[in-house]
Amino acid sequence: MFDGLSDRLDGILGRLRSRGRLSDADVDQTLREIRTALLEADVDVAVTRSFVEGTRARLVGDALSRSLSPAQQVIKAVHDELVRVLGGETLRVSYASAPPTVVLLAGLQGSGKTTTAAKLARWFRQQGRNPLMVGADLQRPAAVEQLRVLGRQAGVPVFSETTDPVQVAEAGVAEARRLGRDVLIVDTAGRLAIDEALMDEVRRISDAVAPHYTFLVIDAMTGQDAVATAQAFHETLELDGVILTKLDSDARGGAALSVKDVVGRPIAFASTGERLADFDLFHPDRMASRILGMGDVLSLIEQAEREFDRDVAQEGAARLLEGRFTLEDFLAQLQQVKKLGSLGGLMSLMPGIPKALKEAKDTFDDGQVAQVEAIIRSMTKAERADPAVIDGSRRQRIARGSGTTTTEVNQLLRQFKEAQQVMRSPGMMAGMFGGGGLGQIRQALADRGGELDDLSALASESGLPDLPPGLGSQVAASSSGLGPRGAGATKGRPGNKKKKGGRVTPKANGRHSR
Amino acid sequence: MLVLVLWIVVAVVVALLVVGLLVFLPRRARRGAAPSAPEVQTEAPPAPPGAPPRRAEAPAGEAPGPLQAPLPPEAAEPDVVAPAPTEAPAGPPELRERLGKTRGLLSGYVRALRARSSVDEQTWDELEEGLLRADVGVATTSALLAELRDRVHSGELRGPDAVVDALRADLRQELDTDGNRNLAVAPDATTVWLFVGVNGVGKTTTIGKVARRESAAGRSVVLAAGDTFRAAAGEQLERWAERIGVNIVRGAEGGDPSAVVFDAVQRASARGNELVLADTAGRLHTKVNLIEELKKIRRVADRPPGQVTEVLLVLDATTGQNGLTQARQFLDAVGVTGVVLTKLDGTAKGGIVVAIQRELGLPVKLVGVGEGPDDLVAFDPDGFVDALFE
Repeated sequence: MFDGLSDRLDGILGRLRSRGRLSDADVDQTLREIRTALLEADVDVAVTRSFVEGTRARLVGDALSRSLSPAQQVIKAVHDELVRVLGGETLRVSYASAPPTVVLLAGLQGSGKTTTAAKLARWFRQQGRNPLMVGADLQRPAAVEQLRVLGRQAGVPVFSETTDPVQVAEAGVAEARRLGRDVLIVDTAGRLAIDEALMDEVRRISDAVAPHYTFLVIDAMTGQDAVATAQAFHETLELDGVILTKLDSDARGGAALSVKDVVGRPIAFASTGERLADFDLFHPDRMASRILGMGDVLSLIEQAEREFDRDVAQEGAARLLEGRFTLEDFLAQLQQVKKLGSLGGLMSLMPGIPKALKEAKDTFDDGQVAQVEAIIRSMTKAERADPAVIDGSRRQRIARGSGTTTTEVNQLLRQFKEAQQVMRSPGMMAGMFGGGGLGQIRQALADRGGELDDLSALASESGLPDLPPGLGSQVAASSSGLGPRGAGATKGRPGNKKKKGGRVTPKANGRHSR
Repeated sequence: MLVLVLWIVVAVVVALLVVGLLVFLPRRARRGAAPSAPEVQTEAPPAPPGAPPRRAEAPAGEAPGPLQAPLPPEAAEPDVVAPAPTEAPAGPPELRERLGKTRGLLSGYVRALRARSSVDEQTWDELEEGLLRADVGVATTSALLAELRDRVHSGELRGPDAVVDALRADLRQELDTDGNRNLAVAPDATTVWLFVGVNGVGKTTTIGKVARRESAAGRSVVLAAGDTFRAAAGEQLERWAERIGVNIVRGAEGGDPSAVVFDAVQRASARGNELVLADTAGRLHTKVNLIEELKKIRRVADRPPGQVTEVLLVLDATTGQNGLTQARQFLDAVGVTGVVLTKLDGTAKGGIVVAIQRELGLPVKLVGVGEGPDDLVAFDPDGFVDALFE
């Protein structure tokens, strides 16, 4: 499952570098793989077909570039085409001359309309507006209640009545005017596209409030049904845009492509979590990578930015590069990484992981990670700092404390020791980071416009050793290697503890961050 | 943030290096089948012999209005009304009827290819497209069609009619299950059915429907509002409890869901209620902390006097291939025993359940076909396949 399009295409095209062009047969095979990838990502069957055919023309007769492998070249072509289709114009919200600007949300049951309403409300507030929300979902038990709670969280009032959805919506507009609110967000009940009565109702709601924006809210894990749903809602309401929700899942999200193709309007927003803040403008390039199963590196970076404790991360990085990485450090970093989701899921998001490791990934699960954690936690600080002191009796204690066996403790210690040696070795680090993996990240960052230089600067500013050669703005993978002290000047532990835009880790609700 | 990315990569790599060889642990995640409890008996006919007929909460049809009174104290159990008409497990026609609205997805394709006299490439293309459209998925579709192709090659199947019939039969067979589709009940403990799944699939609504069904069949039901996270989730379930006429145990919003479920089981046991339906917050299987929380909920619910006999994964029929991932992850984490496929009254076909049965051995036990308390039917593979083809 995590082999990915890249690996598959490597298999087909890997040996083609010597030849000048892609033959018809190569193209056919390649397109079959791409088709499979898109279908596995839940892109609509017909949309896939037209997309693949569109790609064919680009590929036939293309000369193979020298810097990219054939597989990479093909993927880049497909990726670029996807970005083009998914993107196009970004939705720029313009406000009505006579307030309020009315925003209507519609969609299937469970797609996330109510949560999205509150997120939108918060977003509008951030834009300096004064929104009001209308709870016009009178069907679902406690739906209005839910909206009220979210409204309190977002700092936005909620209006509702117990009449009927059309009347409530209409009254909501009047209420917005009365209160001087300049944006009105109307939450409606989820409804099936084939439910004539309910589709008629939502049309009447729309007629009653005359929305400036009508958004279809659609779940990123939707399968082939996306097209039928989008078509029906578009015919009934004439949509202005689409909001894609639950992008924090590992669903590839092919529905985005299908819906965009059918509706022809922008995907305006992306919802990436359950917190109200997990809401952003839609990024076509990230979606393209995700659909192709290539992971979404930039989102990963952003998520890391949100979730990681920056100090911990920097310190860990420094100690790693210095070759002083201990079990304690490992434990600290493991906590960080866990915040990003399951290890398996993370693996799928990360480019450049050696194949052997990817395969190993399928043989363990997060429960075992928890076990590793338990073992380390059962050690004393001294033991973590220097595992050499762990003798038989300590081993037993650790095993008992973590609910494992001494054999397992031994295994962990042995493995970690080997890992430490690997981390110190120049070849491994350069090989992993100089090659395709971070190359892709570099490319992605470069596409964001010159940020890479800023990052290099940032890295040295914060007292870390210079990024090893191969990273940074140079193109070629350099194998000049990495000694234990890093390539540049090292100051030992980073003295500068100032958090630059770092984040004090808030926990939204009680113990769990979502 | 390149440093962070570097860090992610290294940390994961290092984690893998170290964890990699702990693969050979004896404790692997459970696969397939029912939970470990040995003395589980399947759902008996509505009037369970041993238990005193406790039906203080008589569901009085759909009438909204005055809320049902809470369960009277145990002593006062005088007039036992005759149990409501047995809600027998739905017979075959029911699922098909409830899905009647849309024409079978494959019917168009099938008609076209039956009209041609021979089996050709177009036949396979059309069948493939039809199956993919039903969310059956690339892998399963390929496997099914490859097998049919072989049989055509060998002469076993001749002509499009034979192929279509064979495909129908194959699909039907893929949906067969070793276990039964009934919901298991603990003979000597308070039965707990845990409802799990990602966000927005219909867990709470499903619980309402199951509560209706079980109450009508003569069981005494208690709801546990184990979703303490989502805004007004407890209220939502409470409205269902009122509507159906069953008790509900709630906790503080933002509180510990395990505590709520535990509390519910305790109370149910003390009062002699047979069945606890436990709601949980929607959670993505990719979120480690939330999955850990769910595991804990299950563990706690499974302690005497409670026994978890069903962990039902609620799955939205509109879900695409991610449904299989969800099933796999939840199965690994909390030992799912069956699937409830919701929203099948829409245009989506829910074909992903074929892969789920095929690869994970997980059967669909119930199907949701609407938002009302009676919109629940037993899963019937014949009806499901028929609905695709006709």
